[in-house]
Amino acid sequence: MLKNITLLCFSLLCTLPLVAQDDLMSILEDSNDDSETREVTATFKSTRLVNGHTTEMRPSGVLEFIISHRFGRLNEGVGQLFGLDDSQVRIALEYGIWDKLNVGFGRSSVGKILDGFLKYQVLRQTKSGKMVPISLTAFTSVAVATGPGAFLESSIDNKFSQRLSYSYQLLAARKMNSNLSLQVMPTMIHRNYVFTAEDPNDVFALGFGGRYKLTNRLTLNAEYYHQLAEHSDEYYNSFSIGFDIETGGHVFQLHLTNSRSMIEKGFVAETSGRWSDGAIHYGFNISRVFNLKAKK
Amino acid sequence: MKQSLIIILLFPFLVFGQKFTSETSYIRFYSSAPIEDIEAINETAKSVIDLENGQFVFAVQIEDFQFDKSLMQEHFNENYLESDKYPKSTFKGKIVDWENKEGKQEVEVKGELSIHGVSKKVTLTGSIDVAASLVKIESVFTVKLEDYKVKIPKAVFYNIAEEVEVTVKFDYKPYLN
Repeated sequence: MLKNITLLCFSLLCTLPLVAQDDLMSILEDSNDDSETREVTATFKSTRLVNGHTTEMRPSGVLEFIISHRFGRLNEGVGQLFGLDDSQVRIALEYGIWDKLNVGFGRSSVGKILDGFLKYQVLRQTKSGKMVPISLTAFTSVAVATGPGAFLESSIDNKFSQRLSYSYQLLAARKMNSNLSLQVMPTMIHRNYVFTAEDPNDVFALGFGGRYKLTNRLTLNAEYYHQLAEHSDEYYNSFSIGFDIETGGHVFQLHLTNSRSMIEKGFVAETSGRWSDGAIHYGFNISRVFNLKAKK
Repeated sequence: MKQSLIIILLFPFLVFGQKFTSETSYIRFYSSAPIEDIEAINETAKSVIDLENGQFVFAVQIEDFQFDKSLMQEHFNENYLESDKYPKSTFKGKIVDWENKEGKQEVEVKGELSIHGVSKKVTLTGSIDVAASLVKIESVFTVKLEDYKVKIPKAVFYNIAEEVEVTVKFDYKPYLN
């Protein structure tokens, strides 16, 4: 009986329309399931930070065409149009086989290097429900130097096995908030053949990078790979800084870097210039995506 | 005295409940532009309707709009609707001249639509179909993006219409406390 009276009083309150609407809203909110797991999206705008990969994946059925350029040194002066006369190119096609598995092929103009990679998403950061604090992606690639110019002595006919190198990376990223994302990249490079005795076949490096969103369509990116083992004096650590500009189907990445290679083996282990010496290269990546199959 | 009598007469309805909650939902937005037609569908929206007084609310999780192109979905969330900041879109309103009877009727709903953190007074038109334990609602209306401060840059490659068409459909079952 007492319960009925309480109910009566409650319904009386509900007759005020405004209160009643909020009452309906609260029913809505009660029915909302906050324990549902929601994944974080858009940790980065592109699959590349500058040179190296991000944890971002291309979903199943999406083909991405990436054309990248790295120009000569800025300090070459106006005669070389600050390096712009001397461009190196990588052209690549990358594809989402599954949402969690991407494959890609590329060709770099220098050394006529063909590369192929596999990228697998192990974990994806979530923001509600079952908590996963980071996104984790495993990356591996193989590169073949097909041109004679890839070696110091172009007259020597190098064996196929000497032309191969491999890269292994773990990419761990966290979207700290909607603007800031950070990434760590433990990396190992194996080269079947090195030019000098000082160069190790295996190079271990630890990469750090991140992006900060300046506006919805513009981010500032930075990337640094620190080599952990002894290496020859000719090679330096790679540092790059750049902007991502997103315009619908395209992402334009414009950057400055001391690395000219656009594949892991090259920029992690064989960066030949230093920022302090003015060995700074302007470069860009332009990506365009194509949807090869409809979702659903 | 008369008023309180009406209120008393209404008690049974309120106590036993004339509230219905949505079982299935379908919200589609459609933008038609010269270069590209864009469509997205959301099937996780929730709604409550009170047949006693014609009050009607719904809430949509912006992230749950599914696009054909995943990149477009990302941009929709990141750049246009900013779903990090404004995760939900809501409507609360009341059917004009509501008559609680069985069968299908065309109705007008006056209320407040909130998108992208901006609330606007709107009048939606649609139909409601009432049966003993099932209620259906359907409405199609247009939303002017500018009204809700959704910015479209001039330089985007796929054109987005300034007005999008929104279709809302809900099927309801009685609400049990």
